[in-house]
Amino acid sequence: MIKDFKEVYENRHEYAKDWRKKYPDRKIVGYMCSYVPEEMFYAGGALPVRILGSHEPQNVTEPYIFGMYCPFSRDVLAQGLLGRYDYLDAVTTAYPCMHLGQAFDSWTLHVTPKYFYVDMPNKVQTPHALPFLIGRLEELKRELKDWTGKEISDEDLKASIDLYNENRSLLRQIYEARKSVPCPITGTEAMYITTGNLLMDKQDANPLLKEVIEKELSRPAAKDRSPTRLMIVGSENDDIKFMEMVEQFDAVIVVDDHCTGSRYFWNQVKLGNGLIEAVARRYVERPVCPQRDYPERQRLPHVLNLAKNWNVDGVIVIQQKFCDPHEFDKVALLKFFESNNLPTLYLEFDVTVPVGQFKIRVEAFLEKLREDELW
Amino acid sequence: MEKKYKTTPLKLWDKAKEIRMNVYKEIAEAKEQGKLLIGGGAEGLIALATGFDHAFLVGEPYGASVAFLYKENPAFYQQIVEACDHAGYPRDLCSYMRNYLGSLLLDKYIFGGPFPKLDFCLQAGFCDTHSKWYQIVSEIRGIPYFSLDLLPFDWEISGESEKTKQLKREYITKQIHEAIEWMVKTTGRRFDDEKFIEGVTNEFESTSLWAKVCAANRAIPAPLDEKTMLSFYVLAVLARPKKEVVDFYRELLAEVEERVANQIAANPYERCRFISDSQPPWFGLDLFRVLESYGVVSLGAHYTFALSGGWEYSSEEETWNPARTPQERGIELKTRDDAARALADWWLTTGTVCRGVRHSGAGKIKRVMDIVDKWHVDAALIHLNRGCEGTALGQMDIVQALLKAGIPTMTFEGNHADPREYDEGRTFARIESFMETLGLKKIY
Repeated sequence: MIKDFKEVYENRHEYAKDWRKKYPDRKIVGYMCSYVPEEMFYAGGALPVRILGSHEPQNVTEPYIFGMYCPFSRDVLAQGLLGRYDYLDAVTTAYPCMHLGQAFDSWTLHVTPKYFYVDMPNKVQTPHALPFLIGRLEELKRELKDWTGKEISDEDLKASIDLYNENRSLLRQIYEARKSVPCPITGTEAMYITTGNLLMDKQDANPLLKEVIEKELSRPAAKDRSPTRLMIVGSENDDIKFMEMVEQFDAVIVVDDHCTGSRYFWNQVKLGNGLIEAVARRYVERPVCPQRDYPERQRLPHVLNLAKNWNVDGVIVIQQKFCDPHEFDKVALLKFFESNNLPTLYLEFDVTVPVGQFKIRVEAFLEKLREDELW
Repeated sequence: MEKKYKTTPLKLWDKAKEIRMNVYKEIAEAKEQGKLLIGGGAEGLIALATGFDHAFLVGEPYGASVAFLYKENPAFYQQIVEACDHAGYPRDLCSYMRNYLGSLLLDKYIFGGPFPKLDFCLQAGFCDTHSKWYQIVSEIRGIPYFSLDLLPFDWEISGESEKTKQLKREYITKQIHEAIEWMVKTTGRRFDDEKFIEGVTNEFESTSLWAKVCAANRAIPAPLDEKTMLSFYVLAVLARPKKEVVDFYRELLAEVEERVANQIAANPYERCRFISDSQPPWFGLDLFRVLESYGVVSLGAHYTFALSGGWEYSSEEETWNPARTPQERGIELKTRDDAARALADWWLTTGTVCRGVRHSGAGKIKRVMDIVDKWHVDAALIHLNRGCEGTALGQMDIVQALLKAGIPTMTFEGNHADPREYDEGRTFARIESFMETLGLKKIY
């Protein structure tokens, strides 16, 4: 149920430590970046958990990371430096943006020395990306075997793929349900689900997702949802306070395109020519992060399709301060929405969000969308 | 205070200027001469274009040149940066790119006339900025765009497997072939493999020779200071596949070796040896003159030494040395594929600055500490560069490592190509205080 995801989100470290007690012989790998091929780690017996920030001001990262790196990357590193992730056996990333890369490198120096760096192709549009990644994942399989002492069999990998595919499919079902008018769950609730899910063993998450689908998408209270439908577009976003603030104004966030939202689970591993190839293909072909969206822009049509299919009235573009990849796309993205008659509101985010100031801007945006009479 | 060492001006200044001017002249005359005019980043694989008659407008030095306008022509500079700001590109993005885009959006080339009409963009995505930069340029100009994905090696101490390295070599080699085929198809022109082989060979020699020049600065007294070096390193940045750059660096190396043999110093008062980090504030190179007035010689930086490659790691010696070129290793390049493979391998193996844009941590710290050791460094001046996340990657950890090793270290915030983010007065005041902590008084 949704509250279970909220519980995990708010008590993520306790969840991980409890998992460790249940499976004392297995490892926990913290990951930064949604391009990490979790299926591989899970097949090796490890639990991948997304490392997120805590949205609290902090002063521990200044000696290790220059202030112009994005607030999210600094918030992430702070969690490690504060000892909150002391249960991790290793960390991993997948050729992330330079900001998360900086957090990752400092983390390996000061927090968790064991790391796996998965060289995920950056130019996913080249035909050579897939064969490269297949080779790299074969090598990752060997690295994981060296680390865990356990060979990843085809059965292990198939089981892992099936589990993650089921997870993605269930999340997708929940998102599909949000096309309905009225939308059955709020954006805040959806965020609890998606981010809680990132922190969990999919063996635990999948039954809860099924319960959400069976019991919470058609609950009577869900029928009374607000009319103005919004989309959130941006980088990493688990800013619950912001979502709650927006949705108090007769609005509902019905879909998103961000790292810890739909981009994480949108496409499946499609089995075909081999398990590793299938995993590699999934990551090369998934909805693209702006960092990887060149030379042709594939992201914009995808985001527009989401907006249209979810019948969105307006788009809030959230921008982590100093986030280069999204800042590069910002101009093209805003113009693209405008040219497709989708009003946008552009907001810059930090670790903590200025709810008061944003409230005024969001209200004004909603008034514009509704063409409310002012007098 | 009496001078400790003799000093003489370098003989090759005028030649360096001439080569730079030739590059810009080539760009200005390219269309007239029927050459392709290509836009792209300098730290990509500019040798790829050598198979065509072409001129290459490299973005980073152009962005730096825009920054110089801040003092020379502040009104024009203001127009340029505001054009980019008004277009909506945030100010924390790469300042080279913002300057370039501002100039493009205004359609004003800072060397006169409209912004050059590029035929296509050729780029390498070694940092988050570069691949997106030229995507934007190609959209603004409506021109074709090809970018290569350059996944770097991890640092040598990471234990990256040979299998992964080979995958990366193959990946880049295949993209080089893909790029060449794309350029042929896009332009309808013939790609001359002989010229490509020559360009690639020159690139190896240029960058290896520059590394040797930098290595000569290990001598006491140092024959070169960093401000001077920056005038010479840029030739590799702009035009390393050209024979004239190879010849220049060969001559420069000979001159520098002569200076070492005769104890000719860059700073006749040399009493303290610094290294820096990251690009300097290009419009504010006077800071090196301030250092000199205290008897400090800035020897260079990992950035200055290795931006365009040229250093290879010796696992036996656990250090980086000027890289041996394929020719020096007895490898002959006969075909396009030979050249492509050699270029991919050279970039991966010797391109440590571009590597450091993606991988910092213990490996990058080792690289910098190796410089501290081999160049007999007394102190460090770290430019916390708001304009470049790539070169800033790992800087604070490097500062920690320097301090732990007992190397006095000063940081200053700035921006390599946006003067609005650099406070010269405050930086000079910090340098003054730093010098006090080192027990150094101004000499002149």
